[in-house]
Amino acid sequence: MQELDDKKMVFKVCQDHGNRPADLVQILHEVQAHKGFLSDEVLREIASCLNLSRAEVHGVVSFYHDFRRVPAGKTVVKICLAEACQAVGCDELKEHATQTLSVGLGETSSGGAVSLQHVYCLGNCALGPAVMINGNLYGRVTPEKLDALVSEAES
Amino acid sequence: MSTVTVFVPKDAAAISVGADDVAAALSQEAQNRGIDINLVRNGSRGLLWLEPLVEVDTPTGRVAFGPVATSDIASLFDAGFLRGGDHNLGYGLTEEIPYLANQERLTFARCGVADPLDLLAYEALGGLVGLKKALELESSAIVEEVTLSGLRGRGGAGFPAGIKWETVRKKAAEQKYICCNADEGDSGTFADRMLIEGDPFVLLEGMLIAGRAVGADTGYIYIRSEYPHAIRTLTDAISRFEQAGFLGENILGSGQDFNIHIRVGAGAYICGEESSMLESLEGKRGQVRAKPPIPATSGLFGKPTVVNNVLTLATVPYVLANGGKSYSEYGQSKSLGTQPFQLAGDIARGGLVEKAFGITLRELVEDFGGGTRSGRPVRTAQVGGPLGAYIPQSAFDVHMDYESLSGSGAMLGHGGVVVFNDSVDMARQARFAMEFCEIESCGKCTPCRIGSVRGKETLDKIIAGANLEKNLAVLDDLCVLMTDASLCAMGGLTPMPVTSALKHFPEDFGSARQAAE
Repeated sequence: MQELDDKKMVFKVCQDHGNRPADLVQILHEVQAHKGFLSDEVLREIASCLNLSRAEVHGVVSFYHDFRRVPAGKTVVKICLAEACQAVGCDELKEHATQTLSVGLGETSSGGAVSLQHVYCLGNCALGPAVMINGNLYGRVTPEKLDALVSEAES
Repeated sequence: MSTVTVFVPKDAAAISVGADDVAAALSQEAQNRGIDINLVRNGSRGLLWLEPLVEVDTPTGRVAFGPVATSDIASLFDAGFLRGGDHNLGYGLTEEIPYLANQERLTFARCGVADPLDLLAYEALGGLVGLKKALELESSAIVEEVTLSGLRGRGGAGFPAGIKWETVRKKAAEQKYICCNADEGDSGTFADRMLIEGDPFVLLEGMLIAGRAVGADTGYIYIRSEYPHAIRTLTDAISRFEQAGFLGENILGSGQDFNIHIRVGAGAYICGEESSMLESLEGKRGQVRAKPPIPATSGLFGKPTVVNNVLTLATVPYVLANGGKSYSEYGQSKSLGTQPFQLAGDIARGGLVEKAFGITLRELVEDFGGGTRSGRPVRTAQVGGPLGAYIPQSAFDVHMDYESLSGSGAMLGHGGVVVFNDSVDMARQARFAMEFCEIESCGKCTPCRIGSVRGKETLDKIIAGANLEKNLAVLDDLCVLMTDASLCAMGGLTPMPVTSALKHFPEDFGSARQAAE
């Protein structure tokens, strides 16, 4: 049943984009937004709708950091590790996060509660360290503030 | 008392430190006290250290309070802030705050003044004047104005916009494109984001003028996925422009058609490189293209394409409205006009400073920025993003323009300035530059793909103190090779932060360095 729904969803997304291969990156974004990740099945379906080979689709999916082949945790924490945030202590924040959340960078905790990711620049460079939690941006994030934000997001 | 207008920014940076909560608390408190206020969510003024910056419209002008927390709201009302009353968060008239008063805002003139999606306010504040002028001009006359202004690409490469436009204009083709590069990936930069969230119509107007100038009827804005707020604002701005008849067919009866589409990136830094961006816009892996051909002759889908940064395109309406000559009166030598500098990292007063080219780095960091936020001494600033040089505090008198910076082994890039205090370890920063290149390289050319990995490994050995002299020689070699042989600026400029760190801070790379010199 799930497979049938996915197929319909992919078909619709591709159709909305006129089945244009040039829209592949946008289609992948939308399909991932619906399903949470990009399974083998949906990629096969996308390739078929756009008349591309599976290898071509795989090549694009694997090139971009945003696309995931496995589901993310319920709460997604992205910590900026670029220079402007380095200058105000994002490395300590990252260490704190990996310890308190018991999850490594780029990993999802067992049980799927939280995913911890790094990102290079959220465009909040005057108010670092910057963190994005479930799409919400936060600035001047201290370890204490991170703990509070994560538990708020999880509740 | 008549209804007072209160401004609370909805810029992502302001929201990141609580602007949404402040706006909600303000409305609630006003309601509790039975006071009618007109709450406007504006863009940011760029005084980011004061965010959330609440402004009140008073008969003498807009009065600023910041940074406001929800816990300050009651005391603000008690102090009569709606009449501009004294409060310890008060900064007086916004326009007279030295940080803002000492700027030369041309591109960002409207940013933060009004609701960014209020088209009437946009026109009232001088919007659409440039477009209307352009619609009356021949395409060659538009390009001439842009050439006369001296406007250069603000994305980093600094190529003269007029020359690029002229190449596309002259090329005969049935289809041409305007591609706006909003893939602002450099750490320490946020001007594109701030402009899109604070004054999106000016970017659309700039793209329309570009389309008119070169004969293109389709525009794409490639914006990074890390900017969800900007994507939302831009989407709304485009639909309002469409509804008002400024996009679509026969714009304002001129016979000019133009449509703009948004394309969202997917977390690849390299897609800020123009040819990689074009590949991504075509739905492919963002691998850079070899040049020639340049995008102006063979760009998106092989058609003549103008690729310009957000700030370049957003400056065009000013140029058309006020004349190229007026813009060129700012700046110095071949760096004409203004640059929106972005002060970031460990800085007391971080934010956006638009000034004519030629201001010194010291004026930016010390006078505007007020030194570090941490209170520690400034050691260095990285100028121009992750591929830019680390400039030591002793060399901060360098003038911030294309020529002066490149003359001192640095580059302007997109105008970001990231300040570091004395606790920074420059060998680790050099290592990060290589690591960043390793992670973000598109992989097409060997110097970048392999050189960055070897560079990181070599720096690891240097940091561990192993065979210092030999490893430093290997690193020098790698840097020369990457600079000379990489296909694009990613591999070609990654050595810049590395060699500048080595040159100015040899003490961080072990004693062998000093012995060798």
